[in-house]
Amino acid sequence: MTIDWAHFTPLWSTIGGLLIGLAASIFILFHGRIMGVSGILGGLIRPLKGDIGWRVIFFLGLISAPIGARFLGLMPEIEIDGSPLQLIVAGLLVGFGTNLGSGCTSGHGVCGIARLSPRSITATLTFMATGVLTVWVMYHSGIGG
Amino acid sequence: MNHLTRRISEYLVGLLFGAGLILGGMTNPSKVIGFLDFLGMWDPSLAFVMGGAVVISFLAFRGAKQREFSLFGRVIMLDDSKSIDLRLLLGSALFGIGWGISGFCPGPAIASLGTGEWKVFLFVIAMMIGSWVAGRIQFRTH
Repeated sequence: MTIDWAHFTPLWSTIGGLLIGLAASIFILFHGRIMGVSGILGGLIRPLKGDIGWRVIFFLGLISAPIGARFLGLMPEIEIDGSPLQLIVAGLLVGFGTNLGSGCTSGHGVCGIARLSPRSITATLTFMATGVLTVWVMYHSGIGG
Repeated sequence: MNHLTRRISEYLVGLLFGAGLILGGMTNPSKVIGFLDFLGMWDPSLAFVMGGAVVISFLAFRGAKQREFSLFGRVIMLDDSKSIDLRLLLGSALFGIGWGISGFCPGPAIASLGTGEWKVFLFVIAMMIGSWVAGRIQFRTH
C-alpha cells in the first residue's frame, strides 16, 4: 500500500462527513427515521400506502444537491471509469446485495456504526473487504481490464 | 408538527446529505475506487467522510435511543435486529463487489442522477432491478 497524497483531501472529506452526520442526526431526531438509502429506495420499489411521500421528497432533495452545486459553479468534476456493461453488472450487485444485506454505506456504514450495532459493523467490514478485493482484482491482479 | 414543515425538512435533509456527499468526494466514482485501492495507491479521504459522519451521528443516536418519539412527534424507528446471518454476510459481500466495480453505492448514485450523466441512470436502473429481484426471492438462512 502507498498513500495517494495527490488525491488526498482530508479537510473537505471531513467537512462532507460532518454534513452527512448532521443530516443523519436530523433524520433520526426529528423524523424518527434511519437515513439508509438502500432501505429508503426499497420502500419505493415495493411501496406501501402512506409510506411513499417522505421517501420521494428525501430523494428529490438528494438529487437537487448536484443541480444546486452546478448552478453555483461549485460542482467538482466526476469521473465514471466503468463501461456501460460494468455499470449494469455493478448496479445489479449493489441493488441485490444491499436489499439482501438490509443496508448500504449510509444505513450500515454511518447510522449502524454510530449505534455501535455489531450487525452493521460486520456488514461494513464485509463490503469494505470485498470492495478492496474487487478493486485489487480489477487493477492489480492482471485478471481485470 | 404540520405536514408541510415535515416535508420541507425531509427535502432539506436530502439536500444536506447530498451536499456532504459532494464535498466529501463520494459522488466521484474514481475517488471512491481510490479509497478502495487499499492494496495499491490508497486515497484515505473517504475514511474521513465516514469518521466525520459517525462522530456526529453517534451523539444523535445516543439521544434517540432514550426517546420513543422524535421532535416532530413521530415514532423513532431503530432497527433492533441483532442476528448476523448468511443474508447479511452474502448481501454485504455482493454489494462490496458492485461498489468496487463501479465506485457507486446507493446514496451517491441517486444524488448523481442530478448530474444528468447517462451512465448514472444506467447504474440506478440496474440497482432498482437488483433490489426488486432480491425482494422476490425467499432466502433460507440455513
